[in-house]
Amino acid sequence: MQPFLHVADLSLRFGGTTAIRDVGFELDEGSLLAIIGPNGAGKTSIFNCLSGVYRPQQGSIRFRGTDLRGLRPDAIARLGVARMFQNIELFDNLTVLDNLMLGRHRHLRYSTLSALLYDRRARRAEVANRRVIEDIIDFLQIQAIRRSMVGMLPYGLKKRVELGRALAMEPALLLLDEPVAGMNAEETEDMARFILDVRSELGVTMIMIEHEMGLVMDIADEVLVLDFGERIAHGPPAQVQRDPAVIKAYLGEAS
Amino acid sequence: MTVDTGVPSGRERAERETGLRVRGRGRGLRVRGRGVRGRPLLYTSYAADQAIWNTPAKRGWTLALVGAVLVLPFFLSRDLTSLVTTVFIFAIGGIGLNLVTGYAGQVSLGHAFFMGLGAYTAAVFGGAGSDQVIGWGLDMAIWLPMAGVVPALVGLVVAPLAVRVRGLYLAVLTLGLVFIGEHVFKEARSITGGAGVGRAPAEPVLFGMDLRERYHLFGYILSREAVYYFVCFAIFVVLAIAARNLTRSKPGRAFAAVRDRDVAASMMGISLRRTKTLAFTVSSFYAGVSGALLVMVIGRVTPTNWNLFLSIDLLAVILIGGIATISGSILGAAFVVLMPRIVSELADVVPFISTSPSGGFLSVFQLQTMLFGALIVLFLVLEPRGLYGLWVRVRNYWKAWPFSY
Repeated sequence: MQPFLHVADLSLRFGGTTAIRDVGFELDEGSLLAIIGPNGAGKTSIFNCLSGVYRPQQGSIRFRGTDLRGLRPDAIARLGVARMFQNIELFDNLTVLDNLMLGRHRHLRYSTLSALLYDRRARRAEVANRRVIEDIIDFLQIQAIRRSMVGMLPYGLKKRVELGRALAMEPALLLLDEPVAGMNAEETEDMARFILDVRSELGVTMIMIEHEMGLVMDIADEVLVLDFGERIAHGPPAQVQRDPAVIKAYLGEAS
Repeated sequence: MTVDTGVPSGRERAERETGLRVRGRGRGLRVRGRGVRGRPLLYTSYAADQAIWNTPAKRGWTLALVGAVLVLPFFLSRDLTSLVTTVFIFAIGGIGLNLVTGYAGQVSLGHAFFMGLGAYTAAVFGGAGSDQVIGWGLDMAIWLPMAGVVPALVGLVVAPLAVRVRGLYLAVLTLGLVFIGEHVFKEARSITGGAGVGRAPAEPVLFGMDLRERYHLFGYILSREAVYYFVCFAIFVVLAIAARNLTRSKPGRAFAAVRDRDVAASMMGISLRRTKTLAFTVSSFYAGVSGALLVMVIGRVTPTNWNLFLSIDLLAVILIGGIATISGSILGAAFVVLMPRIVSELADVVPFISTSPSGGFLSVFQLQTMLFGALIVLFLVLEPRGLYGLWVRVRNYWKAWPFSY
């Protein structure tokens, strides 16, 4: 059986700088992989390769049998890869509803002509879509803000809306880039609960970049540790925690 | 706030569950959730929530406005009727520009070119041919759609260039279109009549009826201006509703996504190339139609009329009216078209303003230009949402009355 996601020998260079060097990993359907590492280790660069923003010079990325290398971001999104960004990338001038509806873009299949006429086909698709969105709104408990402009919302809620927008895509693979960065303990707990719910209720496979080690060790199945673009450890959280190379990367060597 | 109970599938079930009357051939999607009396935002179906006129107030005001517009030409002079017709035409162009610039965020200074192209396409398809100019003398039912389709096709060709550049660079690129267009219009004598001469516009014969003749309606004799007025109004209403439909559904949301954050948009599965191309194409269609109607109403124009100032007038329509709103484009068109007229009327009563181009302390023409510039600056600084924003403020004030928030 082919693996759900198979990344091999991935290398990405910007001129003389090597951002990622020969990184490879495999991911099973339904699992949660955490990518950790110091700043500049190449974590977000891996996400950018996966979602088509960067073109890696070398290596292969096979997602459910399709090679993602060279595909445009929108083509990759249509294959079912969704992403939550490190710095919130919501559409600030739109309401929460519209942001979530945008997540449904790839599931809406009516023509532009239908849209211009707003005929029965378009109306039906929009209403059916709205129903899906309302389920997500319930799931994330953001009923009260569905009509608010996203730009006006506080940080924690924005993150939640962004998760909602990614879920609206009904992704097979969800990339979470620092989902709890800048959140207080309570908000972190909320987000952790949502992530676990997403996995157990929706069965979405996830890769998460996170600096909050408590969260990583609690919810990840496997941890991939990067340093200066290279893979220095990969395995279950408990094993990675004891890995001398990881300790060295994070704490330095005992003198 | 809102209570959404979902849409029942059958009419009977819908009526039983909501206690509301179901209108139309329904599969339950046409439930007019009028809500409970006094609670305009209590929707009982998603369809009702997502309708264009989703509150009783909107429905009422729109009906009242349409009613007023329909009786207006019976009270106005022929001259003023033409002026209001120009408002509709500028509103069509403004809506088009707002689709590409306001919604999709792609600045275009090139709309004068598309308007001109529409006008000349109409003239070729519908105008009378002669030794100097080509004209096929076809019906308006053909030349009007073609006046939209040909600019749309040119927009389709230009769009790939626009996809590669953004912001200021796109503004300069589209600016180039205006200058290329002006030159081509001047040189292509067999189509445009050439510089300083121009040609007569397309024949306004719709389904065999010559719009220039006098028609009788309820005992009234309709002037030519009034006939143009009603025809332009009808076309404007159709195009405005189509634009609103576009903006409230999938393509419109994609426009806004591309405008706000293009990288995130592409990761939602939105193709940037497709979306921008669509915006340019639809927008050019609107511009072409408005150009064709404009010459139908104001008559012969020379190629130099399709210049940068027209593009800027159109930009003023959406800046003053309100970026990314359809109703704002209409308000803006009314403002931009009617303001110069109001200023010149005032000139007779206000001292220091002369009506001749040279004499006096300040001529009307100078005043118009200055007011125009000043207003654009004032709106950008004080109310970037334009006239639409002012309207929203007034509405919210009365919603919250007697409280201030």
